[in-house]
Amino acid sequence: MIKHEYDAVIVGAGGSGLYAALEASKTARTAVVSKLFPSRSHTGAAQGGIGAALGNVEEDKPEWHAFDTVKGGDYLVDQQAAKILAEDAVRAVYDLENRGLPFSRTDEGKIAQRRFGGHTHHFGEGPVHRSCYAADRTGHMILQTLYQQCIKNDVSFFDEFQAMDVIMDGNRVAGIVALELATGEIHLFRSKAVLFATGGFGRMFKITSNAYANTGDGPALLARAGIPLMDMEFYQFHPTGIKGMGILITEGVRGEGGILRNRSGERFMETYAPTLLDLAPRDMVSRAIMTEIAAGRGVRGDRKIDDYVMLDATHLGKETVYSKIPDIADFCKTYLAIDPAEKPMPVQPTAHYAMGGIPTTIDGVVTTGTVTYDGLYAVGECACVSVHGANRLGTNSLVDLVVFGRRAGMHIADYVKGASMPSLPEGAEEAAVKKIERLHDGSKGPHVGPFYTRMQEAMMAKVGVYRNERPMTEAVDLIRTLRDEFRAVRSEDTNKAFNSDVLGILELENLLDLSLVTAASALNRKESRGAHSREDYPERDDAGWLKHTLASLDGQDVKIDYKDVDTSIWEPKPRTY
Amino acid sequence: MKVNLEIQRFNPETDTAPHFKTYEVVVDPTDRVLDALMDIKRNTDGSLAFRRSCAHGVCGSDAMVINGTEALACKTLIQDVTTEEGATIRIEPARHMKVQRDLMVEQEGFFQNFRSVKPFFIPDDSKQKPEKEYAQSIEERAQFDDPTKCILCGACYSACPVLDKNPNFIGPAAIVQASRFVFDSRDSGLGARLEILDQPDGVWACENHFECTRVCPREIKVTKMINFTKRAIKQYRDERGEQVNDGGAQA
Repeated sequence: MIKHEYDAVIVGAGGSGLYAALEASKTARTAVVSKLFPSRSHTGAAQGGIGAALGNVEEDKPEWHAFDTVKGGDYLVDQQAAKILAEDAVRAVYDLENRGLPFSRTDEGKIAQRRFGGHTHHFGEGPVHRSCYAADRTGHMILQTLYQQCIKNDVSFFDEFQAMDVIMDGNRVAGIVALELATGEIHLFRSKAVLFATGGFGRMFKITSNAYANTGDGPALLARAGIPLMDMEFYQFHPTGIKGMGILITEGVRGEGGILRNRSGERFMETYAPTLLDLAPRDMVSRAIMTEIAAGRGVRGDRKIDDYVMLDATHLGKETVYSKIPDIADFCKTYLAIDPAEKPMPVQPTAHYAMGGIPTTIDGVVTTGTVTYDGLYAVGECACVSVHGANRLGTNSLVDLVVFGRRAGMHIADYVKGASMPSLPEGAEEAAVKKIERLHDGSKGPHVGPFYTRMQEAMMAKVGVYRNERPMTEAVDLIRTLRDEFRAVRSEDTNKAFNSDVLGILELENLLDLSLVTAASALNRKESRGAHSREDYPERDDAGWLKHTLASLDGQDVKIDYKDVDTSIWEPKPRTY
Repeated sequence: MKVNLEIQRFNPETDTAPHFKTYEVVVDPTDRVLDALMDIKRNTDGSLAFRRSCAHGVCGSDAMVINGTEALACKTLIQDVTTEEGATIRIEPARHMKVQRDLMVEQEGFFQNFRSVKPFFIPDDSKQKPEKEYAQSIEERAQFDDPTKCILCGACYSACPVLDKNPNFIGPAAIVQASRFVFDSRDSGLGARLEILDQPDGVWACENHFECTRVCPREIKVTKMINFTKRAIKQYRDERGEQVNDGGAQA
């Protein structure tokens, strides 16, 4: 075992982790521990843009952005947090540009902006150009720019280290235990502050835009440490993934004028969102697609959940397609052998983004509202402030990363100045060591493949866009069975060094745990709100359910508690577009 | 359809030399090579080692040599390689980097070269920072669009024939990453980058084989960017009455 000591440890090297590291490392001795090389992080896959009311193309205000965020999240958003998000977005975008981020440009040489779903002017009157973009590679540019800045500022990285446990001393963090891929050694990081920025967990679903690495490591290991997760039932299905593969086709396509059509060529969004049409929020567009499919108006017309519709960009012309959405054109060529300037793209909803996660304050400090964990932080997709509520608006994930990554980094820099180095409880690494030993005990277990297949198919079919009591109960039962059977899994690789099999098994464990929390939270919430849409409870119920879920993992049980929503600015209203 | 994946295996703890192991897999012609590798790993042989993450060509984890050519396993469909039932697809690790395990290669040297070119924005400190964004025209932005696409996958580094004979060459990717700033109208760091770029093992080692351009999964015109960078360095030196440090190669 190898020991390290730092003021701050950041777990994850995507946009939020890198931004936090940049801020924290200004004064605190900071280590970034990541299972991937930083440039491989999934922030790099974000395409369409980062929302900020710069007003470079038309009048815009942070207040409108905040309101859209709250309404888009079906009023489960904490409103003061949304206000911070929208106001700080403007500063954050200029900061990124000033650090070299190559945004696309307007004719006047300003940062270019495009329309995006749910972003409006004058509190919902019509779509607004708010999404600041770099072609359809905005996330890639943000990740590159932040990694470049970390190189410039000599931030310390531990690449390809898998976090296995968080070490707590009561309600105070004391460090983490991590496994080094290259050697198979266990490392113990003692630290005043630990920040989790491990990203999403879309790999619990069959069709997803998420990377293989998106296995929710941070939330899962905090859940196992007894810390509740918030609003896990709210999982976003992006309406336009490439049929069968789930690869994301940015909302920017519709922002540039792309149109969704059913098998008869009808622009079906006219029925569902007469004002915003194809630029309605994602939950509504995904439901519209599934409703069209269920009515036999999908392209195949067989009413099965894997039927699809068409995203038509052919009227935009080659120049717009190749200059504004070049990577989409590339994906279509590679995976579908079509040119989107000539033929429409076959799309279906794809599991995309977790609105829920580790509950935090507006400075990234982990809290349940009643219990606050000193020195423990979370930011980015794995965290839940909550600025996304029941449904995140497009572009707000990138805003979230840079706004709250920075705030948490600044808070850490301040916190560690006044905090003493925590003492490590005796045998802090024991559990991780035993877990690895068990995987290598020489017995033969089942392959991991069938676990993935069964989990992902159940979560997609039973805890997907539309939900019902019975299928969700079945999903919960199945996940429990899989968690039992999982205990027999062993490493098929007997090596210590570069044992990627062990990593895959740890990731599967994390996904199974989060699947259980997600399915149980969804089963518990008896209303429809944002991305959580129940056919057996089709209405939003503010009297009963305008509250955050806090779900604690306890063996095979999930205990549910609640936390208030901050509605201090805007009164909840029916959500129409 | 059924195909055979003939995969180079190497375990430094037990093997003295690499060997090939063949796996039969059932695939659709439109499956990615990565899908076949994942199928083997999860359902047949968990000890097979390779890197992967995004699975759609934007993270750069899974560059390898597929039937003799560098490619991303997630951007190569089975039908791009073969349409023949029972065909064999040969998969080897990327070249010019030490094999750690099977298809995993040691990338530290590659990243070290990348970091050495100061791949970060260097503004002109004598000018005042703008209140909002730096002004940049659409045309100026277009000048360096191509190299911004680089995902540091290392395919170019693996394919470059110069690295066969000169392992000290910083390689195509590092130069592409430098060029992303050299041709950015907001950046003024060319001088600071010369100590690495303007060296016999820097830009001048490139011999225009175009293999980097041919294999780049992001379709960056790598060789062209290297030549533009050479020209910019030459011009910078000429303006100052200095000679480029090409070790006499260009003379």
